[in-house]
Amino acid sequence: MAIADVKEYTHLSPEEVEELGRELDQIRADIEESRNSDDAAYINRMITIQRRLATAGRITLFASKWKPAFFAGAAMLGVAKILENMEIGHNVMHGQWDWMNDPEIHSSTWDWDTAQPAEQWKHSHNYVHHQFTNVLGHDNDIGYGILRMAREQKWNVFNLGQPIYNALLASLFQWGVALHDLDIESIRKMEKDPEVMKKQLKQIGVKVRRQVGKDYIFFPLLTGPAAIQTAKANALANLTRNLWSYMIIFCGHFPDGALHFSEEEIEDETRAEWYLRQMLGSANFTGSRTLHIMSGNLGYQIEHHLFPDLPSNRYEEISNRVRPLCEKYGVPYTTGPLHRQYGQALRTIMKLSLPNKFTKPARHDSADSVEVPRGRKKDSERPTRRTETGTWTSRASA
Amino acid sequence: MVAERVPEKVAGATRKLPWTNIRRIGAGLTTPLHPDDYLSLINPLWTARELRGRIEKVIPETDDAATIVIRPGWGWHYDHVPGQYVGIGIQVEGKFHWRSYSVSSPPKRTGRTIAITVRAMPEGFLSEHLVSGLEPGTILRLAAPNGDFVLPDPPPAKLFFLVGGSGITPVMSMLRTLDRRGTMPDVVLAYSSPTQDRMIFRDELQALQDKHEGLRLHEQYTDDDGILEMSDLDRVCPDWRERETYACGPAPMLDACEEHWEQADLEDHLHLERFSLDLGGDGAEGGTLTFTNSHKEIEVDGAKTVLEAGEEAGLGLPYGCRMGICHTCTLTLAEGTVRDLRNGDEYNGPNVSIQTCVTALAGDCTLDY
Repeated sequence: MAIADVKEYTHLSPEEVEELGRELDQIRADIEESRNSDDAAYINRMITIQRRLATAGRITLFASKWKPAFFAGAAMLGVAKILENMEIGHNVMHGQWDWMNDPEIHSSTWDWDTAQPAEQWKHSHNYVHHQFTNVLGHDNDIGYGILRMAREQKWNVFNLGQPIYNALLASLFQWGVALHDLDIESIRKMEKDPEVMKKQLKQIGVKVRRQVGKDYIFFPLLTGPAAIQTAKANALANLTRNLWSYMIIFCGHFPDGALHFSEEEIEDETRAEWYLRQMLGSANFTGSRTLHIMSGNLGYQIEHHLFPDLPSNRYEEISNRVRPLCEKYGVPYTTGPLHRQYGQALRTIMKLSLPNKFTKPARHDSADSVEVPRGRKKDSERPTRRTETGTWTSRASA
Repeated sequence: MVAERVPEKVAGATRKLPWTNIRRIGAGLTTPLHPDDYLSLINPLWTARELRGRIEKVIPETDDAATIVIRPGWGWHYDHVPGQYVGIGIQVEGKFHWRSYSVSSPPKRTGRTIAITVRAMPEGFLSEHLVSGLEPGTILRLAAPNGDFVLPDPPPAKLFFLVGGSGITPVMSMLRTLDRRGTMPDVVLAYSSPTQDRMIFRDELQALQDKHEGLRLHEQYTDDDGILEMSDLDRVCPDWRERETYACGPAPMLDACEEHWEQADLEDHLHLERFSLDLGGDGAEGGTLTFTNSHKEIEVDGAKTVLEAGEEAGLGLPYGCRMGICHTCTLTLAEGTVRDLRNGDEYNGPNVSIQTCVTALAGDCTLDY
């Protein structure tokens, strides 16, 4: 069921919703107030560990003709790439560390170790996904234009191939993400502004050339006789990162319990209602401290969506305050072990490859919702943006 | 003005760093990072991405002032002009705070260090931290030397330095340079300090006075003698009208100087250094400021900085020093013209990086934010 009004769905009065909003604002204020040198040390330590690990991995691969070195090097590099993309890059680009005033760890200057240009990521993710989270027709991350992830999304015979597209998306995740902001569908329909398209393609081209050059040409050549093995190890590291980040990201909004919303919800939505939508539309997962760091603290997806620009190392602490709030107001707080959350997401992918009439709606679905056509909204058709989701430069996007 | 965060350009500007080309090739291996990002893991000073420095020594000068000796990292040129200041960014409780301080050491091309001298101000939380809270080994950020409170070369034949408190620092750099080069002209230094104990560099200045016939030092202890009034000038330095005067000290003192020299119709011979951002430019025309991403629009006059205008519009724009040093506030100008309030320079879009904290609108502008 797509929710048209979060207040009605949660049976909260407008006053209660505003009160909830004030309590969440208070959490934000407390965390902002208490950011300190320990937090700064955390991100600096993370960056140091990540760079050392990447260096160690690259050096180990000079011996990549020897099997144990091949796997050890690929593993170190894979973990380094995961840390860089998830706990460092994603979070820095949200502006989580901008408060430090450090020009070297700043959302405006960071670029990450993946094929998507930072500028396009900040548009498609910080703005489009974080502000319009799970709003049908507005949030392009509901299936990324490839998968049908809500019953309201119109079925097409093309969707029968979902299990295959899903496997491809998982293994080629970095390339899927790289093309995400480009909006291939609008290019196919000849609706894309050619100026913007040219600019975006150029950005992607430069970034892809550099990434591919590094992993598949320069480093392999540097290792001389081990070149082929090194290239393979680098591919393995990239694949590991792809599969892992794909899985973590699919656990954010696709498990059962993460709800969708219709366009009516975001008409005149207040800040408190936006908070409420973020809570209803996101899903956490449980696990060890290491698991949370390796997933960029996106196991605290609810907290991340409430406060996208607060430092990720604080999400655990924030969750200890958000959970009681959810209980107090009777708002569901979706969480579970990683395997269960991903299992549910996978089930939805399989199920929705078929037309609605062949499958039973889940408890939180309803069969009679309006169908939402495919295609994306232009920025000019969207409501004013919120600044707390992080910045981006619009020149590169539609 | 235009923020350049591309390391090649920082390093390339000098043509002195032999490693520049090697590092540029290395970038193919380290992309999207720079080789310096890895080299600085070994030694934090091995990076030209942002200017950095390491604190070598903190030398107490008086009870509340200290000289901080800094070893700059890659990309530093050691070619400041005596009297100029540098931006210092120090991380306190995780956050970089920026201030500018005059360099008190003389420039030395073969140098390995620079020195600043700082007095802990009662309300100055950063100066307090600098004087008492810094361990040798601390890494800080630097901004390249700047400022036009400098002596011409060769120096004027007759000089008058009018100094209050820690305003001595840029003057000390000038005096040390004149001493080192053996070009000390006819100099009068009128130096005010609350007490003898709190007078920074007193011993060194007296030694200089003994060494150079042309240098005369007037010490004024304001706790006992009261402040140096402009009417005292004829007594302290009777020929002040014939001298090039350099004044540095508290704002009321500088205001009084300015007025006094104007009345004597000698304002061209007075040079001032103020330690707060002086947006003394003529301002700009103002206009409508549009933020594209946040769809906000605001009417601003030409005296308000872009940063202030954005904050008024309710946007949390990035900022650091708020005085044009640190470039944290840099945003992209998509359309229109802004004027730098410090010097009147104009910057036109599209796609130009501007420092929002020191620029104002010269007509309608659009910013990518």
